[in-house]
Amino acid sequence: MILKGRARVFGDDVNTDYIIAARHRSQTTDLKDLVQHIMEDIRPGFYESVRPGDIITGGHNFGCGSSREHAPYLLKEAGIGCIVAASFARIFYRNCINLGLPAVICDTAEIAEGDQLKVDLDEGVLYNLTQGWERKTGRLPQIMQKILREGGVLNYISRHGDFEVKGS
Amino acid sequence: MRFLEFSVGWYLGCLHSLDPAVGYQNRPWVMMRGQDVVRVSDSGEVILAGTRSVNSQLKRGVRMGKTIAEKILSRKANEDVKAYDLVVAEVDMVMGTDTNGPTAMEYFRKLGKEQVFDPKRIAFALDHLYPCPTAAAANIHHVMREFVSEYGVILFEGGEGIGHQLMVEMGYVLPGELIVATDSHTTTYGAFNSFGTGFGSAEAAVVMATGKSWFRVPGTVRVDFTGEFAPGVVSKDMVLYLLGRFGTRGLLYKALEIGGDAVARLSMAERMTITNMAVEMGAKTAVMDCDQITLQYLEERAKRDFTPVEADDDAVYEERITVDVSDLEPMVALPHSPSNVVPVSEVCGTRVDQVLIGYCTNGRYEDFVAAAKVLNGNKLARRTRLIICPASRAVYQKLVQSGLMELFLSLGAAIASPGCGACAGYHTGILADGEVCLATTNRNFKGRIGNPKADIYLGSPLTAAAAAVAGEIIAPDQLGVNVA
Repeated sequence: MILKGRARVFGDDVNTDYIIAARHRSQTTDLKDLVQHIMEDIRPGFYESVRPGDIITGGHNFGCGSSREHAPYLLKEAGIGCIVAASFARIFYRNCINLGLPAVICDTAEIAEGDQLKVDLDEGVLYNLTQGWERKTGRLPQIMQKILREGGVLNYISRHGDFEVKGS
Repeated sequence: MRFLEFSVGWYLGCLHSLDPAVGYQNRPWVMMRGQDVVRVSDSGEVILAGTRSVNSQLKRGVRMGKTIAEKILSRKANEDVKAYDLVVAEVDMVMGTDTNGPTAMEYFRKLGKEQVFDPKRIAFALDHLYPCPTAAAANIHHVMREFVSEYGVILFEGGEGIGHQLMVEMGYVLPGELIVATDSHTTTYGAFNSFGTGFGSAEAAVVMATGKSWFRVPGTVRVDFTGEFAPGVVSKDMVLYLLGRFGTRGLLYKALEIGGDAVARLSMAERMTITNMAVEMGAKTAVMDCDQITLQYLEERAKRDFTPVEADDDAVYEERITVDVSDLEPMVALPHSPSNVVPVSEVCGTRVDQVLIGYCTNGRYEDFVAAAKVLNGNKLARRTRLIICPASRAVYQKLVQSGLMELFLSLGAAIASPGCGACAGYHTGILADGEVCLATTNRNFKGRIGNPKADIYLGSPLTAAAAAVAGEIIAPDQLGVNVA
């Protein structure tokens, strides 16, 4: 699986309250309304600026805080194609995989806003096409790769009925 | 996988992180320090495994003991597992709140199963959005009640309290068990020697259908607390101290095992404050021993038979520290991170407009007894508001019966319905632009209490009550009341 997109650069400890603040979630259950508010407390106007396939890059502990699955869901809904971060908070990371949104662990230092990035999930390589370098990325354990490839954990369970982990 | 393990002088080579979900894998050409231990797997992978203290434990014998987290996951996976194994494990209980639970319900329906795996092991709590502030919230609750009656699962109705508190009070959280919930503060359950961890909605739906999920067994960091508290110091200050020490990601993906004589003396309420906030350090779970205090709490509450687990004497920890609590002062976390921790003495005099006492971190009877020590005989500062939020209706009733509620009301406090309300930023205590709140809650992210233009400080019930009286941040023992 190869993904290409513009880098949208964020720092360390981007929490899920920043990705989608709770105050909007009691106002509406319509995801089309909610999605407009992504990142607004730390980057006003972010939603309007997203182009399909944009790749969010983060520092350490991306997605920390609340377990809200709306956070990765809304990023995906907004058109984000992939998230690359130095490290992820665990619930957010699981949620991404479970929803079929690629979350890739890689050193993101020096990536600049707007850089053209290419992520090769199979080979585990991040290419910065603008700056002309490549870096190896973390690769998912097999079970998570399968879940991601099948479009999330619900599809996976619908298809297999149960988990297969041993030997993976 | 078998590992060859050794300590290194200097090592220059290709380094893999222990956990692919945490750090960089394949980080080439990394220089390691002398105290580092590396593992070489039989496939030739070189892994940074820890520090010399781990190494010395490894040298003691061939058999390596297990931590509490490893033992619980071994039991639930029906195989002998150790840190960093990937396992499928049976889940004892799954809880969903009204924020992420509805999505789990929707996903469960999509899976097309006629029944849940066990209706007695699935609970939903109407806690974040009750009493409903909007029609959207009320509609969410309506949908949840319909699902609950259709599948016969457990419902914690609005006003009964916060899901985590009810899980504990009603005896659904038991030693040696594996429990997941669609809320990050599921780590709270570790106070009961239970492996509690936060889940997303999709995987919670899968647990509802299969009773299982996959887990990577976490490595464990052990913290022992010893000694006696100085006046004005309580368990909240212990966990704030840890946050200052480990930061927001120091325990990412790890289990925090907490023990020591200072913990053994704490009530269950005080213990739950510590495990509740472990997730703010990135921890996957936080576990304590099961002792007489635990068993006494569970007597007449436990819904199932249980078998506690304890760590082996030769358990392998990634890091082990001891903290003497007599060295601790009352602590606060400054805006906008729970790890931005300083002693109260460094920020004395900071104006406080609103004080929140309660919620899932500090909303138990013992917390209000502590706050009342400070409030009794005093008045609220003229420009400072106090909001009390018991973690459950049972706590609320105990406050009424004991007379503490009368004290809070006579001082002019507002009482919030047991639930998550202001702490989660939904309702019942949203701040104005530029206001400052001192809360006993667990998060002070920008915007957390509903307004990104407000500042939130986190502190203990004693520190919060002192701020309500003084109208500014002040050490609780500086008010001239006995807080010991």
